[in-house]
Amino acid sequence: MEPNTTDELVAAAKEGDHRAFEELVRQTYADTYTLAYRLVGDEEDARDVVQETYLRAHKGLKKFRGDAQLSTWLHRITANCASTFLGRRGRHRHDQLSEEYELADNVPDRDPVIQADLGDLRSNLVAALMELPPKLRSVVVLRDIYDLSHDAIATELDISESAAKVRLHRARKQLRESLYPMGEEQAHAV
Amino acid sequence: MPSENSTGRARALTTAPLQTDCETFSLQLAGAVDGEELDPAARSHFETCLRCQAELAQYKKLLRALASLRNQRLAVDDRLVNELLLALQPGGTVHRLHRLSSASRSRKAAYIGGIAAAATAGAAGALVIASRLAARQRLAS
Repeated sequence: MEPNTTDELVAAAKEGDHRAFEELVRQTYADTYTLAYRLVGDEEDARDVVQETYLRAHKGLKKFRGDAQLSTWLHRITANCASTFLGRRGRHRHDQLSEEYELADNVPDRDPVIQADLGDLRSNLVAALMELPPKLRSVVVLRDIYDLSHDAIATELDISESAAKVRLHRARKQLRESLYPMGEEQAHAV
Repeated sequence: MPSENSTGRARALTTAPLQTDCETFSLQLAGAVDGEELDPAARSHFETCLRCQAELAQYKKLLRALASLRNQRLAVDDRLVNELLLALQPGGTVHRLHRLSSASRSRKAAYIGGIAAAATAGAAGALVIASRLAARQRLAS
């Protein structure tokens, strides 16, 4: 019987079923690439990070016990690869995200009020994220978008948990200041 | 000049929070938005400061917007996926890379082993020379 669910695919891939691993790649590639791009801020670099991520995933799949979701496990590997990559790159480029970038998938929030409220903010947020230094961006992306724990972030970025929290607070502060640059009275009106 | 006590009383009567407090606690505010524990001074400041409360509301919107990005995926060219799958094929680039990295680890181990062997041989040689010199000195005396 063909493996269908993610769990079945993981089990089959662990047994050496190459097709099952390929199917896992197909299912997760876009998500992994999106995270990699958000972390490194460059298409070519993101591709390299993705390749390294799946190489490590392939090598380490037998150690994946299924305690966490496969996506979370892949996010952690991606974060680690991107961190290594940024360290190697050695220069902190503040890349501008192209205005032309295409979204493949965008599941809207079901609450129309929230959706309307978020609309304008979200379009500026992506650009504001790319303005952050990579060290701050990594933490806020992993915590506030991908919901990784402080502990996991600290481990994958090879920093202390308190350093991860300080970076997170700084990143949020910079994002808020970038998105709400107006005076106090206007800020109340937003 | 007012005494320290009277200054303290005057400060207690002031209802408007000091702007410096807002700056002092601004990073804590960024953590307070998702329930991080606050120290009592920061908590009492946030409870009375309208400016910080407005900023907290902005942080809440920011976090909602960030969380909503989780559902966005960038468009990926099929060509890229196929390239990756090809690389992951047995004998593909990734496997070659894997083998290369294992080979490089083996080379590194051999290199370190070689250095260790050379160092040991050098030390042994030095001991032999030293003992011969000592023997010659004993004979001469």
